[in-house]
Amino acid sequence: MQLEQSPPVSADTPIGITLTINGQRRELQVTPWTTLLDLLRERLDLTGTKKGCDHGQCGACTVLVNGTRVNSCLTLAVMKDGAEITTVEGLASLGERKGSNALHPIQEAFIEHDAFQCGYCTPGQLCSAVGMMEEGHAHSREEIREAMSGNICRCGAYTNIVDAIEDVMHQGGAR
Amino acid sequence: MNRFEYVRAGTVAEAVGAFGAGSRFIAGGTNLLDLMKYEVEKPGRLIDITHLPLKGIEEKDGGLRLGALATNANVAYDSRVAERYPLLRNAILAGASAQLRNAATTGGNLLQRTRCYYFYDAGTPCNKREPGSGCPAIGGVNRIHAIFGTSDQCIATHPSDMCIALAALEATVQVSGPEGERTIPFAEFHRLPGNEPQKDTNLKPGEIVVAVDLPEQGFAQNYTYLKLRDRLSYAFALVSVAAALDLDGDTIKTARLALGGVAHKPWRNRQAEAELAGKPATRETFTRVAEMIVAEAKPQSENGFKIELARRAIVRGLEQAAAGTPQSLSDKRIQ
Ligand SMILES: Cc1cc2nc3c(=O)[nH]c(=O)nc-3n(C[C@H](O)[C@H](O)[C@H](O)COP(=O)(O)OP(=O)(O)OC[C@H]3O[C@@H](n4cnc5c(N)ncnc54)[C@H](O)[C@@H]3O)c2cc1C
Ligand code: SF4
Ligand code: FES
Ligand code: FES
Repeated sequence: MQLEQSPPVSADTPIGITLTINGQRRELQVTPWTTLLDLLRERLDLTGTKKGCDHGQCGACTVLVNGTRVNSCLTLAVMKDGAEITTVEGLASLGERKGSNALHPIQEAFIEHDAFQCGYCTPGQLCSAVGMMEEGHAHSREEIREAMSGNICRCGAYTNIVDAIEDVMHQGGAR
Repeated sequence: MNRFEYVRAGTVAEAVGAFGAGSRFIAGGTNLLDLMKYEVEKPGRLIDITHLPLKGIEEKDGGLRLGALATNANVAYDSRVAERYPLLRNAILAGASAQLRNAATTGGNLLQRTRCYYFYDAGTPCNKREPGSGCPAIGGVNRIHAIFGTSDQCIATHPSDMCIALAALEATVQVSGPEGERTIPFAEFHRLPGNEPQKDTNLKPGEIVVAVDLPEQGFAQNYTYLKLRDRLSYAFALVSVAAALDLDGDTIKTARLALGGVAHKPWRNRQAEAELAGKPATRETFTRVAEMIVAEAKPQSENGFKIELARRAIVRGLEQAAAGTPQSLSDKRIQ
């Protein structure tokens, strides 16, 4: 898996990497300038993850890399060789593993609390919320708002998004 | 994004050895990839340094050594940092977003580039991007630009929050390069623009930051990081203040004050800090020192408001530090 340090990989040679995406191991050839976001959407048809700004400013592209939330638009796929990636398409199975029904509890809570309008920011909000709960630093409503401030919602569904997250947090992450 | 060679380095020596003209190290990628998408950066070779063994946070001479690849989130949430260097913790958590802090690294944060609009727009001239091409920010759109230490070549600001705290704490930067290792005091790491605005720092080509060392004195009792910006989260500072006091009763023994969003580097005024020493920690003292600091400020066409904002932020920051009531990170009201 370690590349030779020299000679460097020339600009036209795709590089072999292995990613486990939503529990599925994939061997992939990628050019070094492919972002994780473009790999997911353009190559793997995992279009749940959205491209809002492509510059780290909106959070629509948020995915979990080894359980940690990051902006996939500012991540090169080659640099994540060996990582486990969870996208919105894989959240339900995370929920299943925790013994709930088809959807992840945060997805159910978003539906219950009407935490979206157009839905464009929603996959990023959901992955971010799961990452945030895993981090465990936010407790109060104000802290949740601050911890979720990397996810912009143009429809302004913020109040209901925080309601949904609080609901899941107060039930210990499982419903 | 341009096409580039990709090299994954396993050791610091390998990373330094792979560096040549047009190379860039890449860590979190949150600044470099952004700039590459705008074709502001067009490296011929990216050297992936994320596999170097520099992720740790360790005890060092009574202080802490932060590995260059320790993420901003891991530093901020380290229990030793929270206890002994809460100023640093708060400054980091006031910056960017949780997702970005999970990716961004200590070294990358130090070397992030200005957010000047013209610098970001490869279609306009900019002395920092293309030396000698001019500075359209002077007389142009410069609301976010510097009021201290500007030159007729460049009026950009350094955007980091973390670095403002590191300046106040007098951290040191450990670097390794083609000519060996050296230690750079924080105040000498970043530069003023002068005649060479293309140089943000005093790092030489091929040098890599390996760690940032925090000295023992952390000012953990009396400190604040007060950040003022256009929206309450997820925005760069217009003005920020890192204030740290060592008090003996109501008398100031030592004061450190660094300002962000106002200069090409974290802005300190040693005379003003010396002026605080031995004085009572009162509003009168703080006001006098704030006047002294902003007396050196020079406004551009659109950013004159920063002078009054800085003056008030200094007074409020010192008051928060003296009272032991640092600015809350989630409750945005300024007390
Ligand atoms: C939308 C947005 C909002 C933001 N808001 C804030 C904010 O409010 N406050 C704030 O402080 N920051 C903010 N940031 C900036 C963020 O903090 C930086 O992008 C981040 O710290 C850079 O770290 P990195 O590891 O990702 O660096 P990279 O992008 O990997 O690298 C940045 C630069 O540093 C060099 N480099 C990296 N590591 C080393 C090393 N060890 N030695 C030598 N050179 C090195 C690279 O070559 C490159 O030139 C924001 C960023 C975005 C995208
Ligand atoms: S202020 Fe500096 S970075 Fe901005 S346009 Fe002028 S030279 Fe370029
Ligand atoms: S698409 Fe990545 S943050 Fe907007
Ligand atoms: S639901 Fe439309 S952007 Fe958030």
